Amino acid sequence: MSDAVAGVLSLLALVGLLALAYRPLGDFIAGTLESPRHSRLERPLYRLAGVNPDAAQSTRSYALAVVGFSVVSLALLFLLLVLQSFLPYARGQAGMPWDMALNTAVSFVTNTNWQSYAGESTLGWTAQAAGLAVQNFVSAAVGISVAVALIRGFTRNRTDQLGNFWVDLVRVTLRVLLPIAFVGAVLLVVAGTVQSFSSDQVVDTLTGGQQTITTGPAASQEAIKELGTNGGGFYNANSAHPFENPNGFSNLLEIFLILLIPVALTRTLGTMLGNRRQGYAVLGAMTALIVTSLAITTWAEVGAHGQAAQAAGAAMEGKETRFGEWASALFATATTGTSTGAVNSAHDSFTPAGGGAVLVNMMLGEVSPGGVGAGIYGILVMAILAVFVAGLMVGRTPELLGKKIRSTEMRYVALYTLTTPALVLVGVGIAIALPSTADAMGNPGGHGFTEVVYAFTSAANNNGSAFGGITVTSTFFQLMLAGAMLLGRFVPILFVLALAGSLARQGKVPATTGTLPTHTPLFAGLLVGVILVMTGLTYFPALALGPIAEALA
Amino acid sequence: MNTTTSAPTDHDSSPVLSRTPFATGLLRQTATGLRILLVLTVILGIGYPAAVWAVGQVVAADRANGQIVEVDGQPVGSALLGQTFDDPGLFHTRPSAAEYDGLASAASNLGPSNPDLLAAIEERRAAVAEEEGVDPTDVPADALTASGSGLDPHISPAYADLQVARVARAQGLDPSAVRELVAEHTDGRTLGFLGEEGVNVLLLNIAVLDAVQG
Repeated sequence: MSDAVAGVLSLLALVGLLALAYRPLGDFIAGTLESPRHSRLERPLYRLAGVNPDAAQSTRSYALAVVGFSVVSLALLFLLLVLQSFLPYARGQAGMPWDMALNTAVSFVTNTNWQSYAGESTLGWTAQAAGLAVQNFVSAAVGISVAVALIRGFTRNRTDQLGNFWVDLVRVTLRVLLPIAFVGAVLLVVAGTVQSFSSDQVVDTLTGGQQTITTGPAASQEAIKELGTNGGGFYNANSAHPFENPNGFSNLLEIFLILLIPVALTRTLGTMLGNRRQGYAVLGAMTALIVTSLAITTWAEVGAHGQAAQAAGAAMEGKETRFGEWASALFATATTGTSTGAVNSAHDSFTPAGGGAVLVNMMLGEVSPGGVGAGIYGILVMAILAVFVAGLMVGRTPELLGKKIRSTEMRYVALYTLTTPALVLVGVGIAIALPSTADAMGNPGGHGFTEVVYAFTSAANNNGSAFGGITVTSTFFQLMLAGAMLLGRFVPILFVLALAGSLARQGKVPATTGTLPTHTPLFAGLLVGVILVMTGLTYFPALALGPIAEALA
Repeated sequence: MNTTTSAPTDHDSSPVLSRTPFATGLLRQTATGLRILLVLTVILGIGYPAAVWAVGQVVAADRANGQIVEVDGQPVGSALLGQTFDDPGLFHTRPSAAEYDGLASAASNLGPSNPDLLAAIEERRAAVAEEEGVDPTDVPADALTASGSGLDPHISPAYADLQVARVARAQGLDPSAVRELVAEHTDGRTLGFLGEEGVNVLLLNIAVLDAVQG
């Protein structure tokens, strides 16, 4: 079998698996979040936490709960990382320095999983399993909760109540994420991903050298790292490490887990709206974007369209033999099209067009299909922008899903769309203005500049992957990128919740013949167009100086 | 007109907005958040990894523990991790940015037009061609490039094939016997179509040494 046939078959298998899971999972998530019943496991949990699960929260309380939960998450994770040497299974690792711990805590609480540390040489297993992996679950649940709150903004009328954050958080975590992660983790162990609490083992190698073999609770972390679109590797090499991702099967399973919830949430959207075609239209727009990106990256990597790839005969720098170019391009597209950021190959060594395409996936604002929850609220915000643009063309008050888009809503939409680009461009500007940044770059010329652009784009969009040649352990980068991650996560979330509240307080506008239908291929096309124009206008200068210049050189 | 009270006539302003002071509200939610987080940490941070570990030790203990390979009862490595082999009588692994250090997995992260990478590729091409006694254009890409993990356990079947003659000569083995060992230690695509073929170098070298002794 040729590599091309195997690559296409793998893609078909992936699409088939996602299609199989689409309806049951999407509807299950919708049912889980709309059900009035609490499970027997959840009731004592609410009692312990002092939560009345049947009380609805106002928009303001919902937002305060998101912020409050994230604040304690940050504090607890920071303490776990700084004090990890006192915890069991610490592997003799010292506490993290404060700036690295702050960066890492922000990174995992914001669902980014940017890593300025190397797991195997920095962390003990309690910090990994009880600190980082817990945030992998709950930060994902926060994203889904916020997306569902926005959907409720459309479905509810003349109310200020968006649901109960604690109930949404607990249900998503325990009923959706935990069971799927558990099954995924067991399958990964069967494939060969390690899950062990044995101490590091120093062996005398075949030729008289020494090698330290370090295992750990990797499979449990690996499953939720992909499922929750988190992406933080147990090991420094992330999913390129054979202990995280041992073969072609585990690789496809990981890609499937990455895409599973972001894709299924479009079904959840359609089901909750009572308008399934709306879910398909959104999925169609997302698919058009990611398929185009996949085609570019696969063409560039498989075709070796880069200087080093030409010199070596194939684009294998930074790629594992067991994955090759096809499975590496697919993984890279999935991980950047969602805000996952796990990598099974070094994006920094990708060809200019291949690396540029994965960078653009993040610049799109993580909506193809985006991170868990974040992709849905991101594309709904863009949909509002699209009906607004369409409304301007025909001179009508724009509407979306029975809600008027007035100046209040547009204010939140405008602020949302400005936040991330501002963080990226201002951050890159400041970093580039500093002479010390040149020393931090791992590559000369335009590629070094692209490393800086990639870092801030990844942080502000909560992706977490890197052009890894850049050295980001200086306090400057630790704090700048922590700021980009924190603001890039919670400022948009607060605008989304404000938007949701504003929509929920409106009454429903009946559709008339003058209403723009938003469940059609035409609207999906308009949505893609608006996303591309916004991204192009914002980032073209940066792209021209980086990957485009390198590709043309 | 009364300007001191804000009647909720405008549907933009919520009557709830002014009820509890911001700080009190945030503090109350934060306290709830702390309790929820602690409970979830027990379930997700202790229960979940322990359960996966327990199931793993039952259904696939060897794999869960890293597939340690033993020779004469002594552990010599993991079937999933490559090692450095310089001996002319053994198959070589790919170049590694981590020098196969199990505690420092890493890629080179050299960019696609980095002069250092271009120079390294040419250097490796010349060195491999000379060692194997082949034309420089015959050296496959995986022999010229560092992997993503720095611990790649595999080489391509093409690179293994290139090394057969040298290994056979150095060990005094029949090249066809060595070629057979290569075939035995080639991992195909999983399920026939997932991933790419690779030759597991550590397991192959153990088999080569075994053949020499036997």
